[in-house]
Amino acid sequence: MSALLLRDMRLAMRAGGGFGLSLAFFLIVVVLVPFGVGPEMGLLSKIAPGILWVGALLACLLSLDRIFALDFEDGTLDLLATAPLPLEAMVSVKSLAHWITTGLPLVLAAPVLGVLLGLQSDAFYWIVLSLFLGTPALSVIGTFGAALTVGLKRGGLLLSLLVLPLYVPTLIFGAELARRGIAGMDVGTPMSLLLGITFASIALLPFASAAVLKINLR
Amino acid sequence: MMPDLGKYAFAVLGSYAAGLVLLAILVIWMVMRNTAARKRLEQIEGARDGQN
Amino acid sequence: MSLWEYANPVKFLSFSGKIVPWFAAGAAFFIAVGLYWGYFLTPDDYKQGSTVKIIYLHVPAALIAINAWFMMLVASLIWLIRRHHVSALAAKAAAPIGIVMTLITLITGALWGQPMWGTWWAWDPRLTSFLILFLFYLGYVALWAAIDNPDTAADLTSVLCMVGSVFAVLSRYAVLFWNQGLHQGASLSLDKEKNVADVFYQPLLMSITGFVLLFVALVLIGTRTEIRIRRASALLARERG
Repeated sequence: MSALLLRDMRLAMRAGGGFGLSLAFFLIVVVLVPFGVGPEMGLLSKIAPGILWVGALLACLLSLDRIFALDFEDGTLDLLATAPLPLEAMVSVKSLAHWITTGLPLVLAAPVLGVLLGLQSDAFYWIVLSLFLGTPALSVIGTFGAALTVGLKRGGLLLSLLVLPLYVPTLIFGAELARRGIAGMDVGTPMSLLLGITFASIALLPFASAAVLKINLR
Repeated sequence: MMPDLGKYAFAVLGSYAAGLVLLAILVIWMVMRNTAARKRLEQIEGARDGQN
Repeated sequence: MSLWEYANPVKFLSFSGKIVPWFAAGAAFFIAVGLYWGYFLTPDDYKQGSTVKIIYLHVPAALIAINAWFMMLVASLIWLIRRHHVSALAAKAAAPIGIVMTLITLITGALWGQPMWGTWWAWDPRLTSFLILFLFYLGYVALWAAIDNPDTAADLTSVLCMVGSVFAVLSRYAVLFWNQGLHQGASLSLDKEKNVADVFYQPLLMSITGFVLLFVALVLIGTRTEIRIRRASALLARERG
């Protein structure tokens, strides 16, 4: 299991693995927004949580098709499916690898990019916290979408169409947690709901992803 | 007898027009697709019976 | 004689062929009566003026838009558990109907909202939920269209429908939490006193009946189409092979 995790991470880090790509994409999105809405710092710092959350979500989306696509093409996925490791565990490990190579860097990059958007000191804490709690759900849900589209030739656009509606609750609670935290309001409800979505996704969705993968490898 | 819609004429007429047009498109599209599928199936089945 | 006999495509074709005209005629009758009654024979509402007439399209369409997804969920479950092809194809046939009904709901709602709330669109929970439902329908249809093997497509869309249902409900509550809105409560509900006066209620019931019959007729027609397409390609494949 840890061998698979290390292998997936190494593959992602390698040139062409897309490790830096989603980070660069995140940076570009955050840089582009001020060009679109104007340079006024007050407005930017007000919408910063939303921009960072949507940016992170899109950057995460961009790297999803890599979770299974390469392994599917060279046949590794068939080997993994017949390995003694249950498919559900394999899928979970792949989600974890995706989160470590994509979600975690995005969480760490968010405060740096927050500077560009005029975030105040205590706002960084809430941004990082909400992204840290929410991005695992994005990876797990995304793995389900990637498993659905794994055999398709041009699945990229379809993958986005399938996954984005599923991201809605996570985005709402995550951004709401950051917004309320920054405004100094009570964060108990969005925090517990975000945690609920993350944990429930981690616990349940691998079963759906594994079932879908089995169908696709049939 | 047309009812007097007053200042909301656009909203009411627009809703009915849009709703009925969309419904009509849906019904016509589904019926046409069904007819096309039936004809194609009959053609294929006819060709097969002709061979035997 | 059990209900499952109609899962046999041939039986389904002959049986549905007999009942479709009845449902279609009933749908045409009830929709015509409901809309005519609502449009010509009801008074204006004291608050909403003549825009209250939009309800005869808006509410039935919204009802079908939501329940079409439920029907797809049930049909998907039947396919996954009992593997009746007719069931999977019925779910596929219901999706475009759901899309159109969602569109009608959103458009009539926008036209109503403009004079009433002073805006075409508001990020109100109900409106937003319908927009999200629309996205779910699009994804579902796109997944069906993208996969060549019909059984794989049926399996994958069924799982998507189940997972999507959970997330659609989650989104509903998330959106509710995110913004309390402008939209009035449900016009119709079983457990509460109805919010609509009798004059508007009776034609509305007619219209709803018509929309339900229309939905059934269209699902049957769509399922017949899919069965025929499937059979045609199976025959062609056999001839080639």
